[in-house]
Amino acid sequence: MMRSEPRALQLNDDGQLKHFLTLDGLDKTILTEILDRADSFLTMGEQSVKKVPLLRGRTVVNLFFENSTRTRTTFELAAKRLSADVINLNIETSATSKGESLLDTLQNLEAMQSDMFVVRHSDSGAAHFIAEHCTPNVAIINAGDGRHAHPTQAMLDMLTIRRHKGQFTGLKVAIVGDILHSRVARSQLQALTTLGVEEVRLVGPKTLVPSFFAEMGAQICHDLEAGIQDVDVVIMLRLQKERMKGALLPSESEFYRLYGLTEESLSWAKPDAIVMHPGPINRGVEISSEVADGERSVILNQVTNGIAVRMAVMSMAMSGQLQQVDTAQAGEGEA
Amino acid sequence: MKLELESSLARMRTQLASYCQEKSISDAIVVGIHTGGVWVAEQIMSAVPTKEPLATLDITFYRDDFTRAGLNPKVNQTSLPAIEDRHVILVDDVLMSGRTIRAAMNEIFDFGRPASISLAILYDLGQHELPIAADIVGENLTLNPEQRVKLIGPQPLAVSVIETD
Repeated sequence: MMRSEPRALQLNDDGQLKHFLTLDGLDKTILTEILDRADSFLTMGEQSVKKVPLLRGRTVVNLFFENSTRTRTTFELAAKRLSADVINLNIETSATSKGESLLDTLQNLEAMQSDMFVVRHSDSGAAHFIAEHCTPNVAIINAGDGRHAHPTQAMLDMLTIRRHKGQFTGLKVAIVGDILHSRVARSQLQALTTLGVEEVRLVGPKTLVPSFFAEMGAQICHDLEAGIQDVDVVIMLRLQKERMKGALLPSESEFYRLYGLTEESLSWAKPDAIVMHPGPINRGVEISSEVADGERSVILNQVTNGIAVRMAVMSMAMSGQLQQVDTAQAGEGEA
Repeated sequence: MKLELESSLARMRTQLASYCQEKSISDAIVVGIHTGGVWVAEQIMSAVPTKEPLATLDITFYRDDFTRAGLNPKVNQTSLPAIEDRHVILVDDVLMSGRTIRAAMNEIFDFGRPASISLAILYDLGQHELPIAADIVGENLTLNPEQRVKLIGPQPLAVSVIETD
């Protein structure tokens, strides 16, 4: 079966979001709309009741085939702040571990009249597959699939950058670490490029920063000092310790010595540069505690912004999905 | 149809001043609903005995037609002080169905429990779909079904009746 082109699958006939699977094919207008909407949700923290009724009566299923407490929790909180009912599906004890196929699981969840699936999966393309096979009134949000994409993480990073730097034009951004295996880095690169930053540098050892990323519009740097020289934003990525046993890296300490972000290496960036990390942090592996907890760290802001971005994406996708269904039903009525 | 904006605003100011006196309302919080309500509130604020600056409300996330009309792409800032046990004077440019006011009241209650909410409206079109009526009205209008009031502002503030499709 031919896979749908991401833009066509994600947008309804009016160009509004109805799934959120990848940033590939989404233009600056829609990314800016997500950021603007998220900004509006951020101010909700001032309310006594930190909830709005947008998704009241809707059911959101957190369908996590891969563990991630932080992402799942922020999606859950975002859905609840939109007044949705939330089900967290524990895949370890679910039917899939008893041999049920993904499609069977999906059909059962649809039969429970769910309105939105937030999908986390270790296989690239899983969220896309589900979006292609689910019934038309269900919105799919990709919460990270394999090495492919993690679009809400990238958008919360963009919101954090915009709130600290004001705009994207003219910014230099370095993404440092395990680029090869990082779905976050891929989505960040797409977002930064679309939003018009001046320069994106991918920094790390040759084994983890292959040259083909240059085709996506990034500069490749294998030297940390050159990579973060005069940048406005440093995004550190998690170095997954499980990969240390492979041949990609000699050791954690070697990586930290060459690519770890310390007070000393951060001094190569601009004096007002901000430090970001999608978490969870490996202190002393990719970043020092002094930097992670330092004045220029915005790591905890990223977490707060993550809830607002997820609220924005969920409300926009639900809105686009419902209008698509309304349009289809109106069409049927006229026929 | 020609609308006399200045005289309607003046009528609102007069009504507001005596309303606050009758109800012994002092130091009220005046809340304008984006966008036209904020403009009107700026014009009538002087009639309210209060030291509080103008508060603003955007009801986008509280609309009851989200699933039909979708989300408004532009959301303005909601800016309310602590409203617990305070008198709130809610201001909008037009009262038609009453759904905007219902949404505004829902939002206000998510910030706290005010002592009272009073409603000040520049134009009441008399097409209420909910049991909501204004306490202060600049002018009652009867329009044809295809007509709408359009406020342009904030400086200068102007109003016209437009024909819709």
